[in-house]
Amino acid sequence: MSTSYTAGEIWLVVLAAGLGTFALRLSFVLLFGRVDEVPDRVVGLLRFVPAAVLAALVAPAFLALSADPASAPVAVSRLGLGLDFETPKLVAGAVAALVAWRTENVLATIGVGMVALWVVQALG
Amino acid sequence: MRKAEPRESTGEEPVSDGRDDFLAGARAVAPILLGIAPFGLVAGAAGVNAGLSVVQTVAMSVVVFAGASQLAAIDLVSRDAPVVVAVATALVINLRLVMYSASIAPHFRRFSAGAKWLAAYVLTDHAYALSVTEYGETTPETRSRWWYYFGAAATLWVVWQVTTVLGALLGARVPDGLSLEFAVPLTFMALLFHALDDRATAVAAVVGALVGVVAAPLPFNFGLVAGALVGVVAGAALELRRGTFPTVEGGSAVEDRPETDGGAAEHTNGGESR
Repeated sequence: MSTSYTAGEIWLVVLAAGLGTFALRLSFVLLFGRVDEVPDRVVGLLRFVPAAVLAALVAPAFLALSADPASAPVAVSRLGLGLDFETPKLVAGAVAALVAWRTENVLATIGVGMVALWVVQALG
Repeated sequence: MRKAEPRESTGEEPVSDGRDDFLAGARAVAPILLGIAPFGLVAGAAGVNAGLSVVQTVAMSVVVFAGASQLAAIDLVSRDAPVVVAVATALVINLRLVMYSASIAPHFRRFSAGAKWLAAYVLTDHAYALSVTEYGETTPETRSRWWYYFGAAATLWVVWQVTTVLGALLGARVPDGLSLEFAVPLTFMALLFHALDDRATAVAAVVGALVGVVAAPLPFNFGLVAGALVGVVAGAALELRRGTFPTVEGGSAVEDRPETDGGAAEHTNGGESR
């Protein structure tokens, strides 16, 4: 579908979205650069951000909630919900999780995970 | 670049070298590029298909530099949504960057003003995750905060721009069967295991994962933001109950404090900003 935006409107979107996004990125980098010391309570909270955000990034790549338990592979019918997933990705993810846990090595995790995905896809 | 004076170093550890640290960051991001490149091709092709010129499409990648929000904005532009809606949608999708900014900012405090602005401009999910992981396992003396981050972030930036140009000029011809985009969640998974330092961080991760899955259908990446926020609260709640909150030393998000920093600004162009 082709837009009927004028060139000026397109540039407005680019600049406004870009400046706004930059402000979001810069926000705390500037703020924490100005305070003498980041309060301990804040540091104590921020300590949890990597674990929480990475888990929230990873989990939905493998599992999804489904409102249709009849068609989902795993059904929790009492709640009217199902757990939906693609078997090759879930299997590859489980294998990769094992490698990640044992080695904490990013390259090994990706290598084993991708090969596992291709193998399961080829078998399926 | 000047070396940090190794006050805390035992002399056994290698002192950080800017070039090595840059290359280490670039190497760390390399596998992720497998997943980024197809995404960049798609972003480039989508822009042109929506009626943007090649220049406008590439300009969006340079100016916005955030893939998911670019695709959403392009989609709304192609459907003639109001300009305000296209911009607001892009910004809401990018709200998660504020979390990254807050989480990584304590490590950036000693950068010069210019380095801070440049670091903010190239902040992405991937550069954030890689750098915070590396910061948790190294000291500022053995691994320059600036050069490692910049090696990862700038490499990703270059690949994003190049693949956007290619996608805009040639269209996206991504080998679909290889599922290269799968490399991205795999990378985050490996980094996730680094981030699990103790019981409280593990609780933050489990809760973050659960809420992330349940809230995933929400628009604008709200599921990710919700998962992260509730996960942080869960980890802190556990520590509050045990009376160990805030845990400031030994965690992966601990600030690089001046006393452990060797007293030297890492990025010395212009020195420390005030």
